[in-house]
Amino acid sequence: MNRRLLDIQNLTIESVATRKPVVSGVSLAIAPGEVLAIIGESGSGKTTLGLTALGHIRPGLQVASGRVLLDGTDLLSMGPSALRSMRGRRVAYVAQSAAASFNPSLMIGEQVIEPALVHGIMPADKARARALELYHDLSMPDPANIGTRYPHQVSGGQLQRLMAAMAMCCGPQLLVLDEPTTALDVTTQIGVLEAFKRAIRQQGAAALYISHDLAVVSQIADRVVVLHNGVTQEEGPSQAIINAPKAPYTRTLLSAYKQWAPGTVAAPTATVGSPLLTVSNITAGYGQNPTRGPRVVAVKSVDLEVRRSSVVAIIGESGSGKSSLARVIAGLLPSASGEIHLAGTRLPKTVEQRSKDQLRRIQIVFQSPDVALNPAHTVEQILGRSLALFGGKRRRERGALVRDILEMVQLPADFAGRKPSELSGGQKQRINLARALAAQPELILCDEITSALDPVVAASVIDLLRRLRAERGLAFMFITHDISTAASFADEIAVMYRGEIVERGPTDKVLNRPEHPYTKILVDSVPQLEAGWLEAAAGRRERLLASAGGVILAD
Amino acid sequence: MLNLIGRRALQGLLTLLVVSFLVFAGTELLPGDVAQAVLGQHATPESLQELRVQLGLDRPAPLRYLSWLAGVIHLDFGVSLASQVPVRTLVAERLGHTLILAGLSAAVAVPIAFVIGLGAATRPAGVFDRVSSIGALCVSALPEFFLGTLLVLIFAVNLRWLPAIAYVTEFRSFGQMVTSLAMPVATLAAVIVSQMARMIRATVVNVLSLPYVEMAVLKGVSYRRIILVHALRNAVGPIANVVALNLAYLVSGIVIVETVFVYPGLARLLVDAVSSRDFPVIQACVLIFCAVYIALMLLADIAAIIGNPRLRHQEMKK
Repeated sequence: MNRRLLDIQNLTIESVATRKPVVSGVSLAIAPGEVLAIIGESGSGKTTLGLTALGHIRPGLQVASGRVLLDGTDLLSMGPSALRSMRGRRVAYVAQSAAASFNPSLMIGEQVIEPALVHGIMPADKARARALELYHDLSMPDPANIGTRYPHQVSGGQLQRLMAAMAMCCGPQLLVLDEPTTALDVTTQIGVLEAFKRAIRQQGAAALYISHDLAVVSQIADRVVVLHNGVTQEEGPSQAIINAPKAPYTRTLLSAYKQWAPGTVAAPTATVGSPLLTVSNITAGYGQNPTRGPRVVAVKSVDLEVRRSSVVAIIGESGSGKSSLARVIAGLLPSASGEIHLAGTRLPKTVEQRSKDQLRRIQIVFQSPDVALNPAHTVEQILGRSLALFGGKRRRERGALVRDILEMVQLPADFAGRKPSELSGGQKQRINLARALAAQPELILCDEITSALDPVVAASVIDLLRRLRAERGLAFMFITHDISTAASFADEIAVMYRGEIVERGPTDKVLNRPEHPYTKILVDSVPQLEAGWLEAAAGRRERLLASAGGVILAD
Repeated sequence: MLNLIGRRALQGLLTLLVVSFLVFAGTELLPGDVAQAVLGQHATPESLQELRVQLGLDRPAPLRYLSWLAGVIHLDFGVSLASQVPVRTLVAERLGHTLILAGLSAAVAVPIAFVIGLGAATRPAGVFDRVSSIGALCVSALPEFFLGTLLVLIFAVNLRWLPAIAYVTEFRSFGQMVTSLAMPVATLAAVIVSQMARMIRATVVNVLSLPYVEMAVLKGVSYRRIILVHALRNAVGPIANVVALNLAYLVSGIVIVETVFVYPGLARLLVDAVSSRDFPVIQACVLIFCAVYIALMLLADIAAIIGNPRLRHQEMKK
């Protein structure tokens, strides 16, 4: 590498309070126009590292040693006004959540041109013209008027692209993109990713692309740095890292990342039992009187069957009604019409009307254990409540049962005395699952339970579910937006689109030979590792959409 | 947005109607008979009966409520039983005084609270933040009557700088107004400043910790602009709410302060009316206090609606 635009040298950043390093001894360099990806799990220090490219250290952290050179000048020893004049002008940042990073009270256009104005680069009218150009480049709908709207008036995918416009407004030499597509649905992600890639090339900017998703990285980056616990594991060209990983951690990451690829799903081999849950013609929604005529219909005429000890995955994008369907089955959202049968017996609509035994047999596990588990209770109390309610066990017997259940979710017995705040994300999710298991259910409704977890941890939770199903004959309804997870684990897949199940069948059939146009687009949007996939898929997507007849994707 | 504000205003009016009923019912429940109170212990049963008929007290309560309400709508609160002067005249005279006291207190308190709150928020856990938050906590723990009496003890009794009472019928000069109102205003302002400053600080600290503020920092926006454009714009709704709530709190504070300083305001009128069982005056005063309270709450709601683009542009989304 001849010229180094960004040169991070032996950088160590630590927590002010504990002096524990968040980033330790990392060195990396980016040449002008180059796209470098930092890949790592949550807590690997990748965001902290990315922010140093703007000379920004978050409160609570401090630099222990090292330098961050931008064109030869150390950002870490720069004064506040010099830093301010560099930020947004020479280096710009695109955050993970555009919804949180746009000021809700200011018009989008004002925020997009703000860097150009505060740095005095161009007058307001020129900046507006420049923004309009960028909206075109990023394929925004209605580019002439989008600037006068407020952040809540546009979709998540649009907002993400608008943030890229904001970052590119001053024509920076370096863009730092922090998980910019992670919060998006796959069908939305593909368009945003392509727009980013095109815009970066057109601007001739270098980019630091932070992600946990190998496939996304392989599509956009020239080189990859693998980060784990703040330490560089491996560095090299993207395809070399993916095809021939050297560091043990990279190998673990790749093996946990059981990327589903078209045509690779095998027919399920496990034997499944008699029908357990039958959902017929359920319609439900929200509004003042959801059982009569819901104002917003979330679930439309849905039929579904879950057999004993089988796994049915519900896939679809956010807002397609997946969680609402689970809430109807659990009795949390009363349906407007339709019936639900559990092992041949009709279930009443609401939790209040169902018998204790009916409640026990269907358990629900929510996405976020941080919200679902009472932070003031110990694990023993959390599980004990469930045991007391459904088992009516005496206090003394409960202690032994809690240990049994902890063993079931592969956690040591001494975890019983801990509180949720003393557990890691994956451990909390196991407790969340254990709480459901304590009721000894027959069916567990899992709502995006692996979505917030890192790939390695998510893979171990899926292994656990697989084991529970084989050993205890449990059935799962597994809601996810992640097709790879569904492909690795489900016997059957139901695809939800705008409140309806548009396709349902054995996993291999739905994923290998999709019939509904929406399923085809969804399946084709899952990022793949091979080079050139993004451009090819974006091209196919246009053709699929043209022939889909009526399928409208959020953008 | 206008739709939403209209709905809130309607709710406010409805609340006021319920309040008017409660005020009327409350004075009905007060012990003592009006005619007895007016004519005294030694009145003959005949003269009592005559006065009852004259005052319309022989009619059933619901009818009296309706005719009183009809009067109130036309700003006619009846005639004072104690002084035989129309209540409107009494109230008009006193209301001016109370508005001066409340207005001055607000005018002093709001800017001070803003300076302290914003100052503390820009450097959380800094020296200024610590000192101001301890000071605010101490002051807000003191009740007005104690604070007022303390001020009188220091400035009127010991130092003899200011008059101990603020009993004035009219202000002859600005200087006189300042000296006679300094202590009542200081008492009222101290209490609401400490509340407001703490709540403004909390609101702004919360906004400053949000991702879009970090984004603004990363765009190279100056600190001044971040506070004034990015943070304040989002804090304005909650802050307006805080200010309106505290001004509403003035309504109760003023009753105590006017009594302590013998200030001829509406609250004193109310206190006097209660001791002389002058029901029409009590009803009028309480109703006015409630109306002010409801109006301030309504203003707070409107400020919150204007401050929130989601509510402001509700129609546009559809």
